[in-house]
Amino acid sequence: MPGMGGRMSVVIKSKINKLLDRAEDPSETLEYSYQKQMELLQNVKKGIADVVTSKKRLQLQQQKLEQQVVKLDTQARQALSQGREDLARTALERKQFAQNELQSLDQQVAELESQQAGLIEKEQKLRSKIEQFRTKKEVIKAQYSAAEASVKISEAASGVGEEMADVGMAMQRALDKTEDMRARAGAMDELEAAGAFDDNLQLGTGSGTDDIDRELHQLTSQSVVDDDLARLKAELGGGSEPAKPSLESGSGEQERGA
Amino acid sequence: MIVRIATESQYRLPDEDAERLNDLDNEAVAAVEAGDEDRFHELFEQMLDLVRSDGHPLEEDELAESDVILPPPDLSFVEATAEFSGEGLIPD
Repeated sequence: MPGMGGRMSVVIKSKINKLLDRAEDPSETLEYSYQKQMELLQNVKKGIADVVTSKKRLQLQQQKLEQQVVKLDTQARQALSQGREDLARTALERKQFAQNELQSLDQQVAELESQQAGLIEKEQKLRSKIEQFRTKKEVIKAQYSAAEASVKISEAASGVGEEMADVGMAMQRALDKTEDMRARAGAMDELEAAGAFDDNLQLGTGSGTDDIDRELHQLTSQSVVDDDLARLKAELGGGSEPAKPSLESGSGEQERGA
Repeated sequence: MIVRIATESQYRLPDEDAERLNDLDNEAVAAVEAGDEDRFHELFEQMLDLVRSDGHPLEEDELAESDVILPPPDLSFVEATAEFSGEGLIPD
């Protein structure tokens, strides 16, 4: 069915065809390119390993962030029980930021998982198609006249070639996405190294807002932090005291544990 | 006819579907050219649905070249714009 397909499919088909290197004699395609196929299969295996590595790294970050969320919540509670609403707010902002990151990590891990599964399936399918071709070729040679066999084998070779090109495309796409996630994971590591999630909320010290605090302030949703702060106040105060609107720390609060 | 959804699978479809598929395809490219992302995704989804619902996946031992190859299902609008508009189609 030549000349078939709309504009989009035609572009993609020619792209796939470009990925195929066809041997001079199609019936010999697989004989000559055996090494190439094995290389491709190896590459797919390596691609899968890369995806798994990236996934593990993201999962490690998930664990760290989960611990941070718990820690920051505890710190906010401590700060508030000592009347330091400013510190509590900073801790909650950091907690909120960590939670947002966690959410996006969850999505990324899920996406990597589905990529991993997809590549494994493609690799198995390609392997089986290559094997099919090998057996089929012998059967065709035995059953048909030389001319007919050549046509049939060449058709089958095109089918295998297309499958190889398609696996190549799937792998490339998976790796490109993994690359993006790695860059993001790297950025998270830097942020962590810069202390965004560090245990540096020293109660009792002045702790002026540094750059990270200012950034967090911009990044986190104030209303979520306000709600969180109200929740902690209710928990700590048993709901008796209405929240004071003033940020002037400590003045007039009785509950301080000197 | 045999249709491949790139990075997914090959399907055998009734030949009658060819015209519908071509129409959707050309409309999808028109949407890309018009910068209409929602419309593009809608049309592309319709193409994928048509192939998946009307088509039967090829058997393991079938080794055939596709008559039509659709882009990968996770194609982004940015990718579609890069591939299907601009150079050669509508020179800017």
